[in-house]
Amino acid sequence: MIQCRDVFKCFEKKNVLNGIDLDIPQGQIFGLLGPSGAGKTTLIKIITGQLKADKGEVFILGKSATQLTGKDTGRIGIMMDSFGMYERLSCAENLSMYADIYRIPRTRVKETLASVGLGDAAGRAASNLSKGMGARLQLARVFLHSPEIMFLDEPTSGLDPQSMRAIHRLILDRRREGCTIFLTTHNMEEATALCDKVALLNEGKIVEYGEPQEICRRYNHQKRILLHLTNGTDLELPHDVASAETIGDLLGRNQIETMHSSEPTLETVFLELTGRTLQEEG
Amino acid sequence: MYHMLVIIKKQLKDTLKNKTILIQFILFPLMTVVMEKAITMDGMPDMFFLKLFSIMYMGMAPITSVAAIIAEEKEKNTLRVLMMANVKPWQYLAGIGIYVWIICIIGACTMGGFTGLRGASFICYLTIMGCGFMISIIVGACIGIYAKNQMTATSIVMPGMMVLAFAPMLAIFNDNIAKVAQILYTEQFKRMLEQMSFDALEKRSVLVVFMNMAVFLALFAITYQRKGLE
Repeated sequence: MIQCRDVFKCFEKKNVLNGIDLDIPQGQIFGLLGPSGAGKTTLIKIITGQLKADKGEVFILGKSATQLTGKDTGRIGIMMDSFGMYERLSCAENLSMYADIYRIPRTRVKETLASVGLGDAAGRAASNLSKGMGARLQLARVFLHSPEIMFLDEPTSGLDPQSMRAIHRLILDRRREGCTIFLTTHNMEEATALCDKVALLNEGKIVEYGEPQEICRRYNHQKRILLHLTNGTDLELPHDVASAETIGDLLGRNQIETMHSSEPTLETVFLELTGRTLQEEG
Repeated sequence: MYHMLVIIKKQLKDTLKNKTILIQFILFPLMTVVMEKAITMDGMPDMFFLKLFSIMYMGMAPITSVAAIIAEEKEKNTLRVLMMANVKPWQYLAGIGIYVWIICIIGACTMGGFTGLRGASFICYLTIMGCGFMISIIVGACIGIYAKNQMTATSIVMPGMMVLAFAPMLAIFNDNIAKVAQILYTEQFKRMLEQMSFDALEKRSVLVVFMNMAVFLALFAITYQRKGLE
């Protein structure tokens, strides 16, 4: 569905993207993780044909990103990091305008607003929405024309946990309907919860790629098991036969309260690979 | 064409909720009607306030509104979202330009109609105003495209608008200003409004107007080429 081959992009003599290679099949949620300024938005712009790569090739919907037609862009939905809605207009008026642009029936506006939980706020001006509702309105705009591919640039940035979960549910619903989703985030919990595959982007280079759990397992150098016992003590055991016996014995005596493996999170993998956190500025 | 209509429709809804832009369109027609009806003095030229305010309307409303609309859309990223929805830059610019032109012409109709212009004079008046609005819209678009945000747009609009709208009025009182003002389209349109007849059109005035149009179109092309719409 989306393919990037050795993509380079330079702004004012600074390399923003350094040989990006990606393959995203249909129906997958792909997460591009990286700190602010890592080149995530630039890559979205190149894939959606808003920017031209200096070198390399990008294919989307079976054709080069530079050759996308108006009909093709109708199959793509993009939610950028800025609000981008007309603040004085109501939610329904905002969506009605896009319904007219995409030439889809106005009845879809009501349905889409209801699907993101903004049915009761249809008449409310976009400027009067909370941040979470604003994000849902942006998603409603993206969902309106039922795109085959959605690009969501930090869709939950700055949202409270409840709004974040609501957005996650909406994204997962779309995946179930067969939509391919390209998501950028610097929230590793979000990436782990949502994404089938992730790529860690640092200074324009993909430093790691794969399934979130698989990446975490790959960097599990410690290979230790953490136990919390019913008597309040913590135990840390290595991955070996002796530990298995100890665990078996403790389980038999019903003394284990919790048991965890010591594999790292995506955040710690990123830190190990780049020496910086995902929250840092680029 | 279809996307242009969508932009016009959107802009109409937005203007009705945007007092800053709305006042630009209403202020001068309202002032003209009130002043023409309320103030009558011996020796005052015929339709003095209509002619005076028409030129101010021509030099202010389209420039301010077009620049503000484009700059706001750039600043709030609504323009970027429109472009991503496959609205072409020319469709957007034409939509905004046509919208502002129509609203201004409605304002001019109000000004002319309520102050007693009829028949050929009214058509002549609307033609002059329509041409003036067109050039002012191009000036406003140049500023809107050049400015990064609304604040920059306002700071560029102010001096330009003062020159275009007030120089023709000040030219009545000062010969030096009159000499400079004659190169401006607003001054030439003011002279045309004084005659209010196609028969009285001077070649020189028409030439200056066309030259202004050419200069501002070239400026628009350069600004658009350098800055683009996003």
